[in-house]
Order: sequence, then structure tokens, then C-alpha cells
Amino acid sequence: MKDLSQLDVPGPTKTPLTAPFWENAAEGKLTIQKCGSCGEHFFYPRPLCPNCWSSDVAWTEVRGFGRLKSYSQIWKPGHPGWLPATPYLVGLVELDEGPTLLSHILVEGHEAKIGDRLEFIPQNIGGQMLPCFKNPDNKEEPA
Amino acid sequence: MRHLSPRTAISGIGELKPVRRTEGVTTLELLMQVSALALQDAGIGSDQVDGLLVGPQVGETPQHVPAMVSEYFGLQPTMSNMVDLGGASGPGMIWRAAAAIAAGQCETVLCVLGNHRNTPAPRSPNRNPAREFDPPFGASGANTSYALLMQAHMDAFGCTAEDYAIIAAGARSNAQLNPDAIFYGQPADVEEVLASPMVASPLHLFEIVMPVAGGDAVVVTTAENAKEGPHRPVHLLGAGEKITHRVVSQAPNLTSGPLKPAMARALSQSGLGIEQIKFLSLYDCYTIMVATTIEDAGLCGPGQFANWLRDNGGMGPEANQPINTHGGQLGFGQPDLAGGMTHVVEAVRQIRGNAGERQIAGCETALVTGNGATMSEAVALVLGGAQ
Repeated sequence: MKDLSQLDVPGPTKTPLTAPFWENAAEGKLTIQKCGSCGEHFFYPRPLCPNCWSSDVAWTEVRGFGRLKSYSQIWKPGHPGWLPATPYLVGLVELDEGPTLLSHILVEGHEAKIGDRLEFIPQNIGGQMLPCFKNPDNKEEPA
Repeated sequence: MRHLSPRTAISGIGELKPVRRTEGVTTLELLMQVSALALQDAGIGSDQVDGLLVGPQVGETPQHVPAMVSEYFGLQPTMSNMVDLGGASGPGMIWRAAAAIAAGQCETVLCVLGNHRNTPAPRSPNRNPAREFDPPFGASGANTSYALLMQAHMDAFGCTAEDYAIIAAGARSNAQLNPDAIFYGQPADVEEVLASPMVASPLHLFEIVMPVAGGDAVVVTTAENAKEGPHRPVHLLGAGEKITHRVVSQAPNLTSGPLKPAMARALSQSGLGIEQIKFLSLYDCYTIMVATTIEDAGLCGPGQFANWLRDNGGMGPEANQPINTHGGQLGFGQPDLAGGMTHVVEAVRQIRGNAGERQIAGCETALVTGNGATMSEAVALVLGGAQ
């Protein structure tokens, strides 16, 4: 695998509201917001729940498992800093809790398929630990 | 649903021949040149324009865009605004112009889009979730977004790479009948489309629009005023709009988009069924966009677009329902946000009957679609010739 940590690429443009997502993920905890009023998990972070507009929103750790909804192998990246990593995989990951996020997909030893089971893993990209996804190490998932 | 009476019509169109690069040209210059073409085509002077709709990101003008453009053009409009719907901005301007005329705020609206391509191209100024949550993982803007949509569509319905390539080859073929198209003189068949470099799988280079500099302008006025012009008026018979999301991860559906309800509303307002539409002027930033639009229009079932295209006799002027006779943006080039307006301009040419070599016989009606961001901003128009 290419050393993604050496890439000179743009990192996230964090704000005080969104910082917990990035900081927790770097420490190995995938956290998103959950609404205390309607019970929906949502992503990306907002001051109010986009489903019911309640202000009763809190950060919650999710299991970190999801399903690959779609993927693309990038040969010609939009940002030149990604060129040394080509071809690489990005995908849409639908978390078990509902929300979908776009992420970098680390696959080894087989081709990605829609429907693949994926597991959260912090990965150093350009010097920052970012929430990426990979195939689960084993079929035994925590309950 | 409320029927839209043909109170407004398109009386003028203008289009600049696209070029790959410009040097030292400002967007304001291009907008003024293309606007002059549209006014001349409508047979009116600038003193008759009292409405102005412009796009965002007008080159060197980041804010106060309508006022800057008005002042530059020597206009003092009584209605002016910026329409910011990406590739749907052009069609989105047409019904907004009609609505402003119906509201009695103006009589004749100039709708104009365009941009220069001076080097170097600026990087995205986004500092919002669209910038924060996608690029850090290596996503590359629109190419990645539409690649993800295409892979999901392929997987859901078992369509092949050849199926989508038919659309790019059809667009290139149509471009051979349009000397202004950036790919005039450069046809490409299905094999050549599939042999072009992979950009973001499953999208090949020839399935992606080429960015160009250029501009398009349209004059919308009352149906009464339009009768005084030199050309057959083209009436706005129906319109529909829908916005569902911004970034692809938030799309409610990857294989069907907001054009589905937008087209349904536009057709319903017009009182016409999709089978009664002769010309399909469909937004084509990528091959997948045309495939999904054909299916969302109800022309065939999900995943059946390629079979439908074969039964349709392809996309050319001789087809049963011709598609993107100007070459589409895949063949003509994408002059930034004006790309969406090229579909309006071509529909007007066809309904007027002055599309030259590529004229469709008996073209009375057209469906125009616009699409922006990640299959998330949608506008559909039904246009018809004055009787």
C-alpha cells in the first residue's frame, strides 16, 4: 500500500462545531450527532437536527460498521497532491445507524463490491488521522 | 396542478462559439457580447430590457453581480437577480423570468450566463460541508460524485460500460452537424469512448464534458411582445423544479434524481405527455446523467435506457425523439454555467425551424432539463412553438 501519510493534500476545514467528529475519529472513536427528540442519527454536524429541527442534539459514539453504497477508483484526481496515491478508492459508506458519509476505502486482497461490509479505521492521510473504512478483520462483530 | 398559460415566450437567443482557453478576456465582456447577439436576434434594443437574470461566479465579480452586470450593460432593470442552481441555472432563469413578468414587475427579461477560462483556473472557494467532508478523503468534485452515481446505477440494474458509451458516441455524432461544437470534426464511436482514459471508474474521459469558455443568452418576454419579433415565438408551456441535496453522500437516491418530479410537474403544467414531446434537450454533464434522465422521464423502466435508445434510433435528428442535436455538452463543450443554457438555445432553434443541417422535421415541442451539483438541483421546461 502507498504511504498516504506522506501526501501533500488538503485536510478538513474544521470549525468549533465539527471538531469533535475529527478529533474523536483520530483517537479511534467514530462519533456523529444524534437527536434526543426524534431519535435520528445524522451526519454531517449541525447545530439543530435536520430532521425535526430540535436543538436537543448530542455527540454519540457509533459502532463503526457500515455498508458500501457505491465506490469509484480515482485515476485522475482533482487535487494534484493525490497523484502519488492513484489509483485509489473512495466510496459512500452507509453506517448501520443510518447516515451516509463519503470516505477513503482501504481494500486489500480483493475487489470492492457494492454491499461490502466495512469497518471504521483511523488512517493517516497527509499527516492527519482521518476516519477511513476497510473490510472487517473477521466476521465476528461486537454485539 | 395549475396549468401554465402561454403568457410568456422566448423571443431571442445568443450563443458564443466555445473555446478551450481565453487570455485576458473578462467574463463581463463575454456576457455583453452574447447578450447583444440575443437582443439582435429578438429585434429589440437594450432600452426594452427591464429585467436581468445572471449567474453566480461571474469571473471577476464575486458579489453584487446583478448590479455590476446591469451597470456594465447600461441597464437599469426593475427586476434583477442571480440564479444559483449550477447546471440548472439556465432553465431556472426561464421560468423565473416568466414568473416575474406574470407578477407585473417587468416585461422583457435578459437571461445570461457565461465565463472566461483564463489561466490559472481558480480553486474552489467553498468553506462549508461540501469542502470539509469530501476532499480530505481524495474525492475530486463532480467527477467523483457522478462516478459514484454511475457505479450505483450499473450495479443496481446490470447495465454495461457499452450502454453508457452509446450516449457519448451519440453526442459526438450530433456534434458533427454543429460547426460551433468543440468536438466538430472529432467523432468518437463506442469503442473509442471506452478506449479513452479512465478518469474515475466507471467514467471514461469521453463520458465527461470538456470545460470551455463561452456564453449563452435568452430573451424572455410577453407572448404579445414576442409576436412583434422576427422569429416564431417559443412559448413556455410548463416548468418544474426540485432540489434535494448538495453533496453526493446526502443524496436520497443514487439511481433516480430530482428531475423526476421536476419533469412530471413541467409536463403536467403543459398538458402534454412525454410521448408528445418531439425534441429531448437533456442536460448531459456525464453519460450517466442522460441515462438517469431518460428513465426518470418515464420513457422506459429503470436500467432500460440503452434498449430505449436503440429502439429510438439513436440520438440524431432522424431519431424518433432526437436528443441534444447541438452535440449536447458532451459534444459542444461545457461553457461553465452556460452549458445548461445551450439546451434551451438549441430547443428554441429546433422549434423555430432554423437549426440548419440538423433540423428535426416537424419539431413543435421540446423538453429541456437542467441539472446541478451532484444530481441534486433540477429544472425542467416544456417549450412549444406559437401556433
